[in-house]
Amino acid sequence: MVKRENERIPVSQQPFVVDKPTDLTTIGGTVSVQINEKKITVPLGTTILEACQINQIHIPTLCHHPDLCIAGVCRVCVVEVEKMRTLQTACSFPITSPIKINTSTEMVRKARRHIIDLLLSEHYGECYSCFRNGNCELQNLAKEYGVDNYTFGHVETPRYEVDRSSAAVVRDMNKCVLCKRCVRTCIDLQEVGVLEAINRGHETHVGTFLDKPLADVVCINCGQCINRCPTSALRANDPSDEIWAAIDDPKKHVVIQTAPSPRAAIGEEFGKEPGKSFTGELNTALRRIGFDRVFDTNFTADLTIMEEGTELLTRLKKAIVDKDESVKLPQFTSCSPGWVKYIEHFYPEFLEYLSSAKSPQQMFGALIKTFYAQEAKIDPADIITVALMPCAAKKFECNRPEMFDSGFKDVDYGLTTREMAKMIREAGIYLPEMPKSHFDDPFGDASGAGLIFGATGGVMEAALRTAYELVTGREVPFKNLIIEPCRGFEGVKQASVKLENCVEQYKFLEGVDLKFVVAHGTANAKIVMEMLKKGELNDVHFVEIMACPGGCLGGGGQPIPTSAEIRAKRAEAIYEEEASLPIRKSHENPHVNYIYEKFLTEGPCGKLSHKLLHTHYIKRGKYIS
Amino acid sequence: MLVLEKNALSEEIESLVNQFGKDRSALLQILQAIQRKHKHISDFAQQEVARMMDIHPVEVNSVISFYSFLYSEPKGRNIVRLCQTISCDMLGKEKIEEAVQRELGITFGQTTKDKRITLEYTNCLGMCDQGPAMLVNEKVYTKLDPETAINILNSIK
Repeated sequence: MVKRENERIPVSQQPFVVDKPTDLTTIGGTVSVQINEKKITVPLGTTILEACQINQIHIPTLCHHPDLCIAGVCRVCVVEVEKMRTLQTACSFPITSPIKINTSTEMVRKARRHIIDLLLSEHYGECYSCFRNGNCELQNLAKEYGVDNYTFGHVETPRYEVDRSSAAVVRDMNKCVLCKRCVRTCIDLQEVGVLEAINRGHETHVGTFLDKPLADVVCINCGQCINRCPTSALRANDPSDEIWAAIDDPKKHVVIQTAPSPRAAIGEEFGKEPGKSFTGELNTALRRIGFDRVFDTNFTADLTIMEEGTELLTRLKKAIVDKDESVKLPQFTSCSPGWVKYIEHFYPEFLEYLSSAKSPQQMFGALIKTFYAQEAKIDPADIITVALMPCAAKKFECNRPEMFDSGFKDVDYGLTTREMAKMIREAGIYLPEMPKSHFDDPFGDASGAGLIFGATGGVMEAALRTAYELVTGREVPFKNLIIEPCRGFEGVKQASVKLENCVEQYKFLEGVDLKFVVAHGTANAKIVMEMLKKGELNDVHFVEIMACPGGCLGGGGQPIPTSAEIRAKRAEAIYEEEASLPIRKSHENPHVNYIYEKFLTEGPCGKLSHKLLHTHYIKRGKYIS
Repeated sequence: MLVLEKNALSEEIESLVNQFGKDRSALLQILQAIQRKHKHISDFAQQEVARMMDIHPVEVNSVISFYSFLYSEPKGRNIVRLCQTISCDMLGKEKIEEAVQRELGITFGQTTKDKRITLEYTNCLGMCDQGPAMLVNEKVYTKLDPETAINILNSIK
């Protein structure tokens, strides 16, 4: 990701950060320090925490998160630095001189215990009924430091009302310990700016603008704050009880679609290392839970490629052949509901640049209640569609009033990876030991192009594979169909493919340098939008934006914790699974071709497609009244 | 809020931003200027400041909620703050408290019906040797007794 200065904090108050020297052999490039009688040499500017981590010395942390800037507000990581009057926070203390550090003296242990006691005195702990029970950083700290009574008291009754206004994110400030990770996530990492500390002293709480409910402010529901919250002050809106009720109702035909990212990450919920997909196992587990049909969201991801690709080619034709100046280029992808809400709020004047294609989840919902209901001869009123997504914003998306194109609510419930894992555990199933099975027909197994939607750059890669072949009749000129410029976790990626020897239908694109931009995280989306405003994207044709850092695999519904390392492993799992699939191009998916023959007979962007698979957007603006 | 009022406020904030700069450290000066003129910083003003300084409205809101001399809700034309810290308390703050409450018919934290006065507590004004002390808008009155306090209140418009 692009590393930027933390502009939010005034220069005078910014934590003292020393840039590490690039050449460690220069004089003063390294410093020798002594940590607990052990002498080590570290590069200048290494924080005490980093120095301890590479030397296997454990330091407890709470407000520190690898994705976020240093805050040093929780004080849990205090250590003793010789010749310093007070204890110092390890996370924000850069080593610039040969110092002696003690990480486990009486003073340090007592201070840490007191700090944790003080945190607990403000925390409304109801551990049994808490969704983070067993995965709570505060709980772990209390255990680690042997908290055996509440020295400074304990919150007996909740002080704040739980904010359930948002369809995606539930805020319970009674659980908040003011580590401000959500604030740094919202303002620095995502640059949405919904949460900030309000008031002062003991009245401080994390709040929204004028303490309005989350549904009334500019929250994009990305859920990144949930992934970074150490307690359960932030959690997703859990519909699993309603889903159980639907499963237990014999009249209801409950259908689930699973996205690729949860499959690559759900193992982490069962104690497995990140980096392995459990697609086959999950299919079996879902059937055992009681879902009547298990479908692959990748099928509609393929369909998205067909629709969005066709839309792009239509726009290009209008712009190049018809010289229509009202055509908006570049075209932006619309798969990420967080990004869609972001642009609706912050750049409503650019909504026309957004592809009108729905996200794969909503396309599937609409198809299940029309095409599938027709094929399987089931009344769509009796069908309940559930979507297993890595995403909190999908919960908001499926509740959008315009998502009723099948005549019913297209997708009834959006379920996150964490909630799915909970349901699987509840059913007494240990996922990693399930036998493998395939997806159900009529949608069957999808192509690899749909699968890589989960990683940032995936939509672009999938779209290029199809668009290039449609236009030139040849495969993309990259080895093994792996379009390297689309991969990796750089914040904003830019590249181009030259279109040569085009087929008759697309002769107008002869010699065009197809330029594309890929960005992930709304902070990077903001950079791209500012470029667009300045006219720097005039020669670009297609832009992929995902609201979450790392793309869907780093989504707000994924297992906690998250870090760049974990996200990279999840991406590996997705790319590995993709490479093993027989079909790796969307337009070669036989089920996609079948649906265009049988149901959407006018082809991509036809009349029925437009009704079921495309949508419109709302100019929300960012003013809160 | 009327559109005309909104436009006037926007223009005013724009000139303030031009005067103090777009740097984050200019935020307090801008907010104080708005506070001085309008006696409060409305939610619209907060969002306008945020827009022009390219920060988030919630950050402006956070700063306003941090400082007790900045308000996001409308208050009275005059703000009377009585020192509640220990020295003034020991020198007879309570009597002043009772007298002004009885005189104005409101309790601390409230505003009179005619929007003339808002009563508030404040922490130490640094007048510990001359207590009890009271701050009326930006002026400090010291060595108060109930009678002078009421006289001061009656003299402000």
